[in-house]
Amino acid sequence: MSRFVRLGETDRPIITVHVDGKPVEALDGDTLMVALLSSGSMLRQSEFGPEKRAGFCLMGACQDCWVWTESGDRLRACSTLAASGQQIVTSQPGASWSNHA
Amino acid sequence: MVEPRIIIVGAGPAGTRAAEACVQAGIRPIVLDEGRRDGGQIYRRQPDNFTRPYAKLYGSEAGRAQALHETFDGLKGKIDYRPEALVWNIAGGQVWTASQTYQDALPYDALLLCTGATDRLMPVKGWQFAGSYSLGGAQVGLKSQAVSIGHKVVFMGSGPLLYLVACQYVEAGAQVVAVLDTAPYSARIKALPDLLAVPSVLWNGVALTMKLKRAGVAVYNGIKPLEINGNAAEGVSGIRFRTGAGVEQQIACDAVAMGHHLRPETQLADLARCAFTFDPVTRQWLPERDGDGRSSVAGTYLAGDGAKILGARSAEASGRLGALAALADLGLPVDKGEMASLRGDVGTYAKFARGLAKAFPWPSEQASQLPDDALLCRCEGVTAGDLRAVMRETGAQEANRAKAFSRVGMGRCQGRYCGLAAAELIAAEADIPVEQVGRLRGQAPVKPLTIAIGDDQ
Repeated sequence: MSRFVRLGETDRPIITVHVDGKPVEALDGDTLMVALLSSGSMLRQSEFGPEKRAGFCLMGACQDCWVWTESGDRLRACSTLAASGQQIVTSQPGASWSNHA
Repeated sequence: MVEPRIIIVGAGPAGTRAAEACVQAGIRPIVLDEGRRDGGQIYRRQPDNFTRPYAKLYGSEAGRAQALHETFDGLKGKIDYRPEALVWNIAGGQVWTASQTYQDALPYDALLLCTGATDRLMPVKGWQFAGSYSLGGAQVGLKSQAVSIGHKVVFMGSGPLLYLVACQYVEAGAQVVAVLDTAPYSARIKALPDLLAVPSVLWNGVALTMKLKRAGVAVYNGIKPLEINGNAAEGVSGIRFRTGAGVEQQIACDAVAMGHHLRPETQLADLARCAFTFDPVTRQWLPERDGDGRSSVAGTYLAGDGAKILGARSAEASGRLGALAALADLGLPVDKGEMASLRGDVGTYAKFARGLAKAFPWPSEQASQLPDDALLCRCEGVTAGDLRAVMRETGAQEANRAKAFSRVGMGRCQGRYCGLAAAELIAAEADIPVEQVGRLRGQAPVKPLTIAIGDDQ
């Protein structure tokens, strides 16, 4: 189930981004955060606790919404526009955390 | 004469009006803004291919928002505008800026910091669960992306934004389950004399509450938050609180928008070495400035909510005023009469802001009442109990010392969302005034940088 609910502006072209290898439909003009949370409910796993995270401030201040490109570039999902062909991963490529090893 | 270089940080209401004043004086300022588009947060612009009209997006402030955006559009070509540019340090007389692809260090003759505000948060047990969002964040989602943060949303905290955003959600067709205000209704009555300083804004606030009630939204005053229910895998499932009458209640929801009014983003003023003073009304440390916006550091000016939370209308006035002060200090002719009039405007808004602080007080006591197992720092999962243990073990009672030992304030958000509550918790545990705990020092970079940034453009 989706976390976010679209309340309008739905008459936009559909684009497809890939998240963890799976295609996700979004709308042109969506941020990555809206793209991911309009079709799913989580963005990433917390490194410090058991819980999944889905962002917090939506204005680039809290850094809770980090996702990565397949090549390892870090993106703030709330302030990065979704674009067709993007290959997004929701865990940091190459990283492992002691509590989730 | 070589044209003086004026750098403006921020393109919200204060930054836009400051840039306009510079252009009118024949100067081409550099405007650095982290946003993709101008407008700042409160007048944030939707993407180009969105079609909602101003009235729908900004309600009673539609005219102001449109005028501000049109002013900024008219400045294009006359200013050196750099969107998506993070200013991450001010040092050695230079502004250090970076985007995804380049970095730069820019010297300046005058620097106007119009850095805006973020939500002031009081942690609640369970606020780490997915579906908890800042109140400002809930509004950004609606305004710039036309989404609700959840299917059933509870608004919890205090301040004018709580009612404004809840109303905007209702009007946009979102399901708002309840508005839970920690401020007792009686506080609003006491604040009336100050709030009457700007009757139109006061009336807007009254109208919002009426609209919510008409829409059938449950509005509770004087509540105490107890816990955001939920689990690690699925996120928020409800909220538990105590009503003003002392009755415990539970409401099912999948999203909570939380916030207690706002806090200024003062890290850059701090890095520019501006002096700070404790403000007992808001219980926040604020950079010092004179009536025109001059900081304690020559050549550095402070305007808008980034200096003190006085609201968007005041930000337009203080942005212009700060720019005029800078131009005057650079030896350019300015209209002294206009400056006096702007000072008067800012003074009126300051009185209103004092009223808001009284009407929607920061519930500082809730920090010390956090149970040991509640997360205080949601970035790194540090609990209230962890911070209490650090205080017992190390005797730390100063904000930066406590941060070094506990990591509260050291995570991704760098203390933006836990710092004020942590200070209140320390003050209560140590039984000292919160000003004695001090404030978290601004650290460069003020936000995380990507390691792969190359040199220059």
